[in-house]
Amino acid sequence: MKKEKRSFLQNNVVQSLLASLICIVLGLFIGFIVLLFINPSGAVDAILTIIKNFMVFPNGNIALKYLGNTLVKTAPLLMCALSVLFSYKVGLFNIGAAGQYVIGAGVAVYAALAWQLPWWLCALLAMAAGAALGAVSGLLKSYFNVNEVISGIMLNWISLYSMNMLLVKVKEDTSPYTKQIAIHGKAALLPSLGLDKLFYNNKYVTIAVPLAVLIAVLVWVVLEKTKFGYELKATGMNKNAAKYSGMAEKRNIIVTLMIGGALAALGATMFYLSGYEQWATSQSSVPGMGFNGIAAAFLGGLNPIGTIFASFFIQHITEGGAYVDKTMYSSQISDLISSLIIYLCGFVLFMKHVMSKHAAKKGGKE
Amino acid sequence: MENPYAIEMLNITKVFPGIVANDDITLQLKKGEIHALLGENGAGKSTLMSVLFGLYQPEKGVIKKDGKEVKVNNPNDANELGIGMVHQHFKLVECFSVLDNIILGVEPCKHGFLQKNAARKKVLELSEKYGLQVNPDAIIEDITVGMQQRTEILKMLYRDNEILIFDEPTAVLTPQEIEELMKIMKNLVAEGKSILFISHKLNEIMSVADRCTVLRKGKYVGTVEIKDTTKEELSRMMVGRDVDFVVQKEEKTPGEVIFDVENLSVGSKTSKKDAVKNVSFRVRAGEIVCIAGIDGNGQTELVYGLTGLEPVKSGKIALCGKDITKASIRKRNTSGMSHIPEDRHKHGLVLDYTLEDNIVLQRYFEPEFTGKTGFLKRGNIRAYAERLIEQYDVRSGQGPVTLARSMSGGNQQKAIIAREIDKDPQLLVAVQPTRGLDVGAIEYIHRQLVAQRDAGRGVLLVSLELEEVLSVPDRILVMYEGEIVGELDPKTTTAEELGLYMSGAKREEK
Ligand SMILES: Nc1ncnc2c1ncn2[C@@H]1O[C@H](COP(=O)(O)OP(=O)(O)OP(=O)(O)O)[C@@H](O)[C@H]1O
Ligand SMILES: [Mg+2]
Repeated sequence: MKKEKRSFLQNNVVQSLLASLICIVLGLFIGFIVLLFINPSGAVDAILTIIKNFMVFPNGNIALKYLGNTLVKTAPLLMCALSVLFSYKVGLFNIGAAGQYVIGAGVAVYAALAWQLPWWLCALLAMAAGAALGAVSGLLKSYFNVNEVISGIMLNWISLYSMNMLLVKVKEDTSPYTKQIAIHGKAALLPSLGLDKLFYNNKYVTIAVPLAVLIAVLVWVVLEKTKFGYELKATGMNKNAAKYSGMAEKRNIIVTLMIGGALAALGATMFYLSGYEQWATSQSSVPGMGFNGIAAAFLGGLNPIGTIFASFFIQHITEGGAYVDKTMYSSQISDLISSLIIYLCGFVLFMKHVMSKHAAKKGGKE
Repeated sequence: MENPYAIEMLNITKVFPGIVANDDITLQLKKGEIHALLGENGAGKSTLMSVLFGLYQPEKGVIKKDGKEVKVNNPNDANELGIGMVHQHFKLVECFSVLDNIILGVEPCKHGFLQKNAARKKVLELSEKYGLQVNPDAIIEDITVGMQQRTEILKMLYRDNEILIFDEPTAVLTPQEIEELMKIMKNLVAEGKSILFISHKLNEIMSVADRCTVLRKGKYVGTVEIKDTTKEELSRMMVGRDVDFVVQKEEKTPGEVIFDVENLSVGSKTSKKDAVKNVSFRVRAGEIVCIAGIDGNGQTELVYGLTGLEPVKSGKIALCGKDITKASIRKRNTSGMSHIPEDRHKHGLVLDYTLEDNIVLQRYFEPEFTGKTGFLKRGNIRAYAERLIEQYDVRSGQGPVTLARSMSGGNQQKAIIAREIDKDPQLLVAVQPTRGLDVGAIEYIHRQLVAQRDAGRGVLLVSLELEEVLSVPDRILVMYEGEIVGELDPKTTTAEELGLYMSGAKREEK
């Protein structure tokens, strides 16, 4: 009996799941403590509201509609998480996903409004732009040994301001927001293929949602089942051995960051071409989607399938925060709590490490 | 009567997934003795020592110190009990100085400030007392393996450890450094320390140890007094059969040239001077050519240049008549070159891959293992790995799906050798292929090298081991300061003559 439990705990999947769950609980708990400090009387209600998210609506149809909203935001987050995860498997920390997301958004929105291109062409252009940005980091890394984190962070800002400049050309006359795609760039709106009906006519629910899930599965297949994935992971785990066996490690690094860039950019397309939000050309901070992708990737145990659920959870908590009683808490509270939880998600690997070390002592697996 | 034992491990059992690494093993270390631990690759030596050092918890058995039962839950406990360990693969911080590494974890502090001068004094005293020469300010990554090891030893002494564990300390040392280490070990026991010493080299055990405990496949075989035993008996206890120490090899006339190296120069990472200077040699079909020399005379760089890991500065390399001087590594690998690398953890293996994934590391892209659509053919990979594991007797807990990291050092090496030889290369570049292997496995590897030669292949062996240099090859080329300074015939030369060439005291006129 004791033996069985041990090997059960040593199972990699079980460990990942457990580590993620511990982090979630811990994050919610710390969030709760913070709420208690600010205003003890509403804390229980507030944390329950956050956990419930769309379920706070008693009416099933309305709840469904708001579940749709969470899904709309889950798709881009999932894509950013996949971008981070894919690079991480090759030993690269793609913090540049945030900038690649920005470039994707800029190019897609511009192509939609200025050129009236159809959605799929906008998406392709955005992906190309994201890939190009990834390639810059990749080239710098493989030929000049510039750390991808440094170049990524700088490119994040470069992307933000250049996209702001570009998008000013297609903004509304009286506000800093870009024109509505639903009105001025109809061809670029993502088709919903009837999915909107499933969510009580939430018109923002489009093919982006199933597409993102499909891509997650695809990423898993590529990493686990193909020669390409075998090479990439070998490069990530031991680049000297990869070189020794004749793999083109330099090329692999560049290709990986290009794919990462394309994934993040596609995520941006999925969001902005749903028409859910307009780009504010006055933005002076890089949208958090790419950074949250890091948290989602780790919370998902660096497994593409796990990442699907992790992305949903993070978006669920973030959305839930919006329903917290604003008479008791300031409006930033939702961001604060979700950031706390997201922050804790970063500790998944650490948790896993602690657990496997514990198991190793007793059972003896690495 | 006083208890004569410094430490006792009684009836230790340690189980890993799929394997009983230690099965009811008893080991008693007397005070002031050097006790050798001998056993085939994967016999469970490192595991037993890790149990003593608190890295693993045994399922059964007790540890006694000075007759009293103790619990060793982690390395800190071990340290408190005066147990120190030099691991098979060193555990030093590469970018720290020698001194910083020694005091790491036990830094002497006053009011929160480091007291390095006191530490330096103690380190220098210890190094004087035991003859452990180190430069306390040198950075680890710049110093030789020998000095890194002395740092590890000083680390134990600095912590006032009384029981010292050496896990295969000599596997990475040059013959000169080994002699040095043997002297140091004798000094240590003269000063009252007790030593547990793991080695595959029977000569070392015969010359330095007082007693020897032998393990086989996780089980205790016996403990013998060294003065009452012989090399032959030890190896019989360990392998369970007689081992042939002489390499069996028939006369053979080499055929056409397989590998032709002309005026090759390779740059150096650490100095302005070239590491390899204007080297020319040939390997013919059906011969084993050995590059001999003291470590650090350009052998590593020569191999890097030949195999494509580093670009060459000038010169020409031809394999089977084709110029491969500028060819990619993949091209070299697929046009008939195999390479058993010097450093198995750095180049040879992806430690976090399974054994089967490591076995196809040089062939995964072939149609047998990757389909037209780019998908891996997992079934074929498994079958191929199973065949090699069986044929080359690679032992591990869970067969093809064992993580390479969890395998014993010697079996990791066997996996690499299986992979490289099974590629059926025209030229096999084998760099210290028997490093860390047990006598049975060494015999096996040497037979494989000879079999390659007899099958009409070329073998380029790079070795630091005098015994190997004198018994395996058909020709010896001696390297000194980046140049080939002499060609010797192993049948007629002697260890003394070889030594003169290797130390630069003698050289052939061009
Ligand atoms: N952490 C681990 N997890 C699973 N199996 C392990 C682990 N460590 C060792 N083993 C297995 O236990 C057995 C004994 O390994 P150990 O490293 O003790 O051998 P060894 O006698 O030191 O061999 P070598 O001379 O090759 O270093 C091997 O079969 C190995 O695969
Ligand atoms: Mg060992």
